[in-house]
Amino acid sequence: MIEFREVTVRYAGALRPALQSVSIAAPRGSLTAVVGPNGSGKSTLVRALIGRQPLAGGDVRVDGVPVAQMDRVAIARRIAIVTQREDAVFSLPVRDYVAMGRYPHIGGWRGLGAADHVAIDRAASLTDLHVFMDRRLDTLSGGEWQRVRLARAIAQGGDAIVLDEPTTFLDIAHEMQVFELLSRLAHVERLAVLLVSHQLNLVARFADHIVLLHEGTVAAAGTAHEVMRGEVLERVYQWPLVVSRDPAVGAPALVPLRRR
Amino acid sequence: MLVVALLASATMGIAVGAFPLSASDVWGALFGDGDPTAVAVVHTLRLPRVVLGALVGAALGTAGGALQGALRNPLAEPYLLGVSGGAAVGASLAFALGAPFALIPPAAFGGALAAVGLALLISRAGTRSDPRVLLMAGVVVGAFANAAIMVVLADLGSNTVRNALWWMMGSVADANWAQVRWLATYAAITGGLLIAWARQVDLLALGEDAAAGLGLDADRAAPRIYIVASLLAAATVASAGLVGFVGLVVPHLARALGFRHHRAVFVASALAGASLVVLADVLARTVRAPAELPLGAVTALIGVPFFLARIRRLA
Repeated sequence: MIEFREVTVRYAGALRPALQSVSIAAPRGSLTAVVGPNGSGKSTLVRALIGRQPLAGGDVRVDGVPVAQMDRVAIARRIAIVTQREDAVFSLPVRDYVAMGRYPHIGGWRGLGAADHVAIDRAASLTDLHVFMDRRLDTLSGGEWQRVRLARAIAQGGDAIVLDEPTTFLDIAHEMQVFELLSRLAHVERLAVLLVSHQLNLVARFADHIVLLHEGTVAAAGTAHEVMRGEVLERVYQWPLVVSRDPAVGAPALVPLRRR
Repeated sequence: MLVVALLASATMGIAVGAFPLSASDVWGALFGDGDPTAVAVVHTLRLPRVVLGALVGAALGTAGGALQGALRNPLAEPYLLGVSGGAAVGASLAFALGAPFALIPPAAFGGALAAVGLALLISRAGTRSDPRVLLMAGVVVGAFANAAIMVVLADLGSNTVRNALWWMMGSVADANWAQVRWLATYAAITGGLLIAWARQVDLLALGEDAAAGLGLDADRAAPRIYIVASLLAAATVASAGLVGFVGLVVPHLARALGFRHHRAVFVASALAGASLVVLADVLARTVRAPAELPLGAVTALIGVPFFLARIRRLA
């Protein structure tokens, strides 16, 4: 379980805090989504979790232990991060890249052992990557690259995965593939999956718990039906919209309107 | 293959010169056999020169590979953080003050360290390490150093200016065993650290956030690697002046040969860099013998075509 407790973050020179007493819990076996407009503090949450953002208040905990008291390698063994953007400047074979998920386990000198190969193979099958393992990263399409990054995170072998906008630049089929995989990781593999996303309609269909951030505070939290309410979303996103029902599965679906 | 290339170029480096030797003479003389003149030439003249060249090349290759990886920039090179500018300022000042020739290397080394310190200080303005800020700081320090060199050289006599320019263009002609021992010890420590940290460079090459997600304290590891790689480069500058292009080109050669993990890239770059500098030094002292060409110019002349080929492949 990943917990943000009353987390406050201030950037030097900013008028308001990037995050103001934000509390979010992402338990195992559940897909938790954080949504909100640009600049609402979503990515700051991820940076706080990996210790690259000092907190002005509150703490981030993993199974009750504040990450500030944990060794970074110990955190990496528990939680895998898929950052928003990453480009491989120096191309590698996919297999070598996925194997880097094992670095927190093998340290500075040890080679990959049997357990590491098992984890890598499992990650490759979950992401359906076996045929790609010998390709080079610079030959992958956007969708393939995203799956490879997910595979590296799964190979890390922890009990939680945190993803920052994993479906940016992906078409519908690839977007759906990623969400199906995340749902499987949460509900079948029983990981804690914490997802930062702009895809409100997909989040409404897949996430068990949604947190809507607005200017660094929690504007709403709960199930899709509790969070996806027209008046709340209109206020947060500053755009006229209606919330209807997804005709196929009945989840709330947001439709932005043209401005008159 | 790289080991063979290094052995071959070293043999050539020892054999070629005003007193030519055959490959078997070289190997005999190395172990103290054969003509006493050959043994003396090899041990006091050729061998220190070749070993110093090899050390300089190995150090520049490793430092370049480390900076390219950690900064995620294929154009990074060992002199990036102001090492070359700072060393040139230090050396020009020493020339200007009429210091004896033995004081030029320490002056260059001091100048290089001061410049790296300054670049790091400037980039420290932010709390998180951002490679782009550091690159800009290096450029600024380099530009400042260039201006300082021109100010220093402007008032000097033509002979002193010529000496300073020759020094900047790099040479291993004055190699001696004391220099070799110093650089070998120094490079073993700093190069050894980089090799030990090679997996951290693998992670940094993915980006600071991704590296942090994989358990690396990127904000500490990255500056540590920049500093040690720059210290390694600074030592080569103190020993041989500015030997351009080796640190930029050689890591690309290592990657093109299929080495991916940075530990392998560093070792391959060290071997390839050593071969390249030894070979370039052979050319530098034979093409216009008995006059010598500046070593830094020869390495650049060899390096540019290779780099162009690499750019064409990437484009």
